Amino acid sequence: MSRNLELLDTFSKILRDNAAVFANKAAIREKEYGIWQTLSWNDFYNNAQILAYGFKKNGVKRGDKVAIVGDNRPKLYLTIAASQLLGAIPVPCYQDSAADEILYILDHAEIKIVVVENQEQVDKVLEVIDRLPKLNLIMYDDSRGLENYDNKSILPLSNILDSKDEVSSSWVDEEINKTSKNDIAIMLYTSGTTGRPKGVLLSYNNLISVAGKACEIEKFSVDDEVVAYLPMAWVGDNIFCVAQSYIAGFCVNCPESRDTLAIDLREIGPTYYFAPPMVWEAMLTQLMVRMQDAARVKLWFFNYFMKVAKNWGNAILDKKKVPIWGRLLYGLGYIFVYGPLKNNLGLTRVRIAYTAGEAMGPDTFLFYRSLGINLKSLYGQTEASVFVTLQNDGDVDPETVGPAFPGVDIKISDGEVLYKSSGVFKGYYKNDKATKDTVDSKGWVSTGDAGVIDSKGHLKIIDRAKDVGKLTSGKIFSPKYIENKLKFHGIIKEAVAFGNNKDFVTCFINIDLQAVGSWAERNNVAYSGYIDLAGQDEVYDLVEKAIYEVNRDLSKDGALSASQIKRFLILHKELDADDGELTRTNKVRRGTISERYGELVDAMYNKSKTCHITTEVVFEDGKKGDISADINIRDLEVHFSKEKAA
Amino acid sequence: MIKSQAMEKINQKKHQVMRIQNVSLSFGGLKALIDVSLEIYQKEILAIIGPNGAGKSCMLNIISGIYTPEEGTVIWKGKKREKVAPHNIAKMGIARTFQNIALFTGMTVLDNILTGRNLLMKRGLFYEAMFLGWARDQEIQHRKKVEEIIDFLEIQAVRKVPVSRLPYGIQKRVELGRALAAEPELLLLDEPMAGMNVEEKEDMCRFVLDVNEQFGTTIILIEHDMGVVMDISDRVAVLDYGRKIADGLPKDVRTDQKVIDAYLGVG
Repeated sequence: MSRNLELLDTFSKILRDNAAVFANKAAIREKEYGIWQTLSWNDFYNNAQILAYGFKKNGVKRGDKVAIVGDNRPKLYLTIAASQLLGAIPVPCYQDSAADEILYILDHAEIKIVVVENQEQVDKVLEVIDRLPKLNLIMYDDSRGLENYDNKSILPLSNILDSKDEVSSSWVDEEINKTSKNDIAIMLYTSGTTGRPKGVLLSYNNLISVAGKACEIEKFSVDDEVVAYLPMAWVGDNIFCVAQSYIAGFCVNCPESRDTLAIDLREIGPTYYFAPPMVWEAMLTQLMVRMQDAARVKLWFFNYFMKVAKNWGNAILDKKKVPIWGRLLYGLGYIFVYGPLKNNLGLTRVRIAYTAGEAMGPDTFLFYRSLGINLKSLYGQTEASVFVTLQNDGDVDPETVGPAFPGVDIKISDGEVLYKSSGVFKGYYKNDKATKDTVDSKGWVSTGDAGVIDSKGHLKIIDRAKDVGKLTSGKIFSPKYIENKLKFHGIIKEAVAFGNNKDFVTCFINIDLQAVGSWAERNNVAYSGYIDLAGQDEVYDLVEKAIYEVNRDLSKDGALSASQIKRFLILHKELDADDGELTRTNKVRRGTISERYGELVDAMYNKSKTCHITTEVVFEDGKKGDISADINIRDLEVHFSKEKAA
Repeated sequence: MIKSQAMEKINQKKHQVMRIQNVSLSFGGLKALIDVSLEIYQKEILAIIGPNGAGKSCMLNIISGIYTPEEGTVIWKGKKREKVAPHNIAKMGIARTFQNIALFTGMTVLDNILTGRNLLMKRGLFYEAMFLGWARDQEIQHRKKVEEIIDFLEIQAVRKVPVSRLPYGIQKRVELGRALAAEPELLLLDEPMAGMNVEEKEDMCRFVLDVNEQFGTTIILIEHDMGVVMDISDRVAVLDYGRKIADGLPKDVRTDQKVIDAYLGVG
């Protein structure tokens, strides 16, 4: 359905229209007490009005900021809608953030009201409330455990939603009409690979123009279904589950809890699905591990038909010419393997699937496509309201992130990717300097990513521009490129490569506990936990084999052949966002890691064979502890590059 | 015997739900309980501790009515209690969990918890079998209550999984769920944390505290983990060789010489 987005230029206006146009169609669902509870567009709009009125009575004014902390819950989405109706600016925060991280955002954004999901988040805010003089109200959705909190500034959202206040429609219309397309719709804090998070201001026009175009391209309609499970603080959720849902009218489904996601996915059967590469890879690893335990006949069927899918699946999905027997075999495979498999993963109805954020292994990528799942890569940024590039149906190259998204101009300057579009943000909150550093006078935004554009006009991202360095030999060193190649192996979960201004390349490895654990079980390697498994010689052998293959690939890669990994070690703990080693979106924080594990990095370059290290870790409840281990360092044979051989 | 003044004050304010007076019980020549008296107050968490063979489980069985004392009386809500049939115990508002898990292993979590509602189901066999009118409404009501418990215990992800496939810690949680399903006034937990790892113990402690706080259930638990006992109970009773040697606030019991002797042995 195409809508006049010139007139409907803010979310509140679209919502008002949705209540009239879609009326009783489902807007949002939540599984509660085992049953999916649906809120229609009409209900959603009504509740948003009541909530907005309640916020106003509690002192929220136009331009104020309302923080939101919690998992994807209908009432938190309502909070976004209600704030926007009032002309206030919602500021969602990552729900896993520690109290300190929340403190920074609540303080920086000068938050007066924070709306949270449950007791856990209330406690987090209470922990730092003394340092937040401006904060005067905490509201919560789930009251469990909060009954006995005797604090007048903590109130349940139901106080407002269940109130019998009559909200006059003229007041609502007046409020809605006061907002226009260039006002700020939402403020999202970047996850911050380096330094403090920055508040990205996005206008209604940014979000609606981009989301509208994506709806047009992918032909989203009111009949689509999406499962909202990625953090509300992430820009993608605000495009996929808010903006696009408003514009196309499709239903957003909130899972019961994080543990039930797989079950809920299967029950809902989304038609539109987004997952970062990590999720896709974990799904594949789990699948392969489980297949290893299957009966022989089943395993044979699986292996045979996966070969068939590899041969013909992608061509069929891309609507290319495929011989009739290829189609027949694929059809049989669909009955025996692909169909049940997709059903098991909850992906049967998926019409459009996206991945972004990191590079994804071509094998993994093509695996899903060969099953008939239209998985596409996109390249995006918070500052661009997500879309910078998007792969087109039928023209998908796993090595690239596709051509520029309609309405986006891309250019490469000094190796760095720059873009310009209607989605470009309004600036960083209270940080003009950073805004000026990122957006030039002509509106080009620097991404900080190094990339190239290939002959078909598709963008290929190589690395973070500032991370690309040189070995002492002068040869180029791109850590991300190497790490991605490593991570394409199922047994390697995370990798961190070093080599800038060094003689050769070394790397830290995090093994995938599930994949390696299952391997250990089948090979009679006994282990007690991650630390133990990571230190075993057999596991080192296994990882060495994987790195050997990566080195062989690198040796064929001209300029990068010098980047072959000469030494590696397996870290004694998994890199964790709670320890500051990863961002909340699971990106590696290089600086922090080389600081924390400085001894290990030194040991890599001073010919030591082992190194003892003690690391402080933060547990989920904020308590701290130490873990220590003797870590082995292993040397590797490198492949001769073609250059040298010649 | 310790009984600080502060304790007395607390107890006076509280309503007594059960009073056990001078109870003795023996199995042949073995004297399991000797002249034990114990009061149980509404909404408290009472821990019964003691070395192996001290008579803790016996005490629990007396409270629940499985054993009838040879001497002494049990007064439940102001009335003397005579010998009772097991289904009447449940009707009185007493539910328990067992030291060894006693669930229906082939049934799902949901069905297991639903069995806890058995006594509250009022419709006849015919209606139940035909799933007609009232039976249907009743089923919906009970299912709702069970779902609330599932939500409370955070076991939504395993709602439809047969119990035999679940790890031990979760099975224990399901057992607690089944006991809660009967909406008991008095909940007896026989070693709820036994065999659990630290994380599972922490979870279980939180659930026990939440049950007490949210539903106002009186809880009596037998537990060997002293850390747990001292952290979560309002009052601790100590048994040794069938006799009660201490009864009071956790901090008082901890420093009581008789208790220390019982646990460490007298030199």
